[in-house]
Amino acid sequence: MKKIYGQPESLLPVQTKYCAGCGHGVVHRIIAELVDEMNLREKTVITNPVGCAIWADLYFNFDSVQPAHGRTPAVATSLKRILTDHLVICYQGDGDLAAIGTAETVHAANRGEHFTTIFINNAIYGMTGGQMAPTTLVHQKATTAPHGRDPEFPAGMGYPIKVPEMLATLGGTKYLARGSVDTPGHIRALKGYIRKAFEAQMAGYGFSMVEVLSPCPTNWGVTPEKAVTWIGEKMIPYYPLGEIKNELPAGFEGKGETAE
Amino acid sequence: MKQKRVLMKGNEAIAEAAIRAGCGAYFGYPITPQNELIAWMACHMPEHNRIFIQAESELAAINMVYGAACTGMRAMTSSSSPGISLKQEGISYAAGADLPLVFVNMVRGGPGLGSIAPAQSDYFQSTRGGGHGDYHVIVLAPKSVQEAADLTCLAFDLADKWRMPAMILGDGLIGQMMEGVVLPEYRDLSALPDKSEWTVGGMKNSGRKPHRISSINLNPEELEQQIRARFERYSRIEQEEVCFEEKNCDNADIILVAYGSCARVCQGAVQLAAEAGIHAGLFRPVTLWPFPYKELERLAASGRPVLVTEMSMGQMIQDVRLGVHDRVPVHLLSHAGGVIPTEEEVFDRIRQIVSEVKK
Repeated sequence: MKKIYGQPESLLPVQTKYCAGCGHGVVHRIIAELVDEMNLREKTVITNPVGCAIWADLYFNFDSVQPAHGRTPAVATSLKRILTDHLVICYQGDGDLAAIGTAETVHAANRGEHFTTIFINNAIYGMTGGQMAPTTLVHQKATTAPHGRDPEFPAGMGYPIKVPEMLATLGGTKYLARGSVDTPGHIRALKGYIRKAFEAQMAGYGFSMVEVLSPCPTNWGVTPEKAVTWIGEKMIPYYPLGEIKNELPAGFEGKGETAE
Repeated sequence: MKQKRVLMKGNEAIAEAAIRAGCGAYFGYPITPQNELIAWMACHMPEHNRIFIQAESELAAINMVYGAACTGMRAMTSSSSPGISLKQEGISYAAGADLPLVFVNMVRGGPGLGSIAPAQSDYFQSTRGGGHGDYHVIVLAPKSVQEAADLTCLAFDLADKWRMPAMILGDGLIGQMMEGVVLPEYRDLSALPDKSEWTVGGMKNSGRKPHRISSINLNPEELEQQIRARFERYSRIEQEEVCFEEKNCDNADIILVAYGSCARVCQGAVQLAAEAGIHAGLFRPVTLWPFPYKELERLAASGRPVLVTEMSMGQMIQDVRLGVHDRVPVHLLSHAGGVIPTEEEVFDRIRQIVSEVKK
């Protein structure tokens, strides 16, 4: 009998520390499935970043490196430059990628480093308990924005950063997409984006990144069910889904499922 | 066979020695007075099919070294004082993850932006760990271009042997001056230490379980155990790796203690003293961590006064005092901000101290 569904070998059969309704687990599952499908488990290195996903190394059944907060793309840079035939996954949250590590992100992308960034955008700091993130929506409340994010002065909290759109201007970026884990359809599309990014990496094209709109019910102060609704109602209108930039060679479609 | 002697700047000699020691990846960010080092690497690393990246910052550079070290490759970065302050984050993480790497600090006058002239004012930062947390790095202080090259090879070997960061602590003078140097032989890359027991990558067909490189442990008791194990390693390093140079210290009227550039100045002062009939000895720590406390303790038994000369406001003198246990008077001649002491100045101080003792 043919097995059509099961535990990916790349994901260890352990309970995670993630909260109920957190999106990390879904993204971990997608990554593990793809690594298995591409037969790369023994040739994959993931960076587990400072933030909730620092525990990712406990869940993946392949090599991992834990860098300093925000320096993740710098570490992924040298890993991939040396392990050129490996799949290097630079896993980052919004604080790691778009606040403390903005410089590392921009320059790794601009050099066209051949690793893939998986960017979990849950519009909040999770691990430290609900502070404002660079991707927190305007008027969204956080412990450090108790009245909501206010870009106007005197508060002067700035605007939520659209990372792939910002990176799209850089010559080194070849594939930038944004997906979401709020519905089964979006999850399937997300897997297609990540597959294309991984395949582009292994084919030696430039920098690839997939942003994932991901729920954080704990720090949003809502139920898991309301959290996924909030993604659809509030986040997606501001952070549009789809391929933001695709400069992969004509005809390179990988084996990925096409988006929606 | 006669070895070929070439004229090089200290920065260039360190860079070339690193290549010959098997450094496979260099990551740096420009800062004076170490720019010849990054330029040499930019030119010559690609010739040897090695990796060179000019990073966007010192933070990125040291973390690229961190990533390279995780694969087992010999990797290094270099900078000068303000840049080294930025790198301390990554060095602390490397110490916490037990990663071997090499970094070079061509010290300039501080604090802040300070000057670009030679100084030794990063002594505390270098010998006390430098970043956050309980740890040490191996600190090697060359006095010449030749020694800068030789100690660079040693730094890679010691970093691998003890699985920890090792640094070359020079200054603007060591980095910029030109001297004759016999470069070390090229290492056979296939004969470098095997680190596959803990490195990432290359899992295919190895049959091993995943390797996880990290400095985090949220269980305080477990983290304490890890730190204690590391400090047991440190105490073995203190037993095995102390390196120093001792000249004319037996029956000396006074013992000079200095490292790096200052030791060169003191050599001249020792000659001036000899011409004036004063027997001055010179004790030069080469490893600043581990520091040669025991050897200084032995010298202190002679009861002779000690003169510490350093280009900082009295940093190494604290280690000298720890070594001699107040058995002998310890004097300080210090300069800061990039001012280098002169031989005459040190000689004057020698004469003054010796005449006071004779009174």
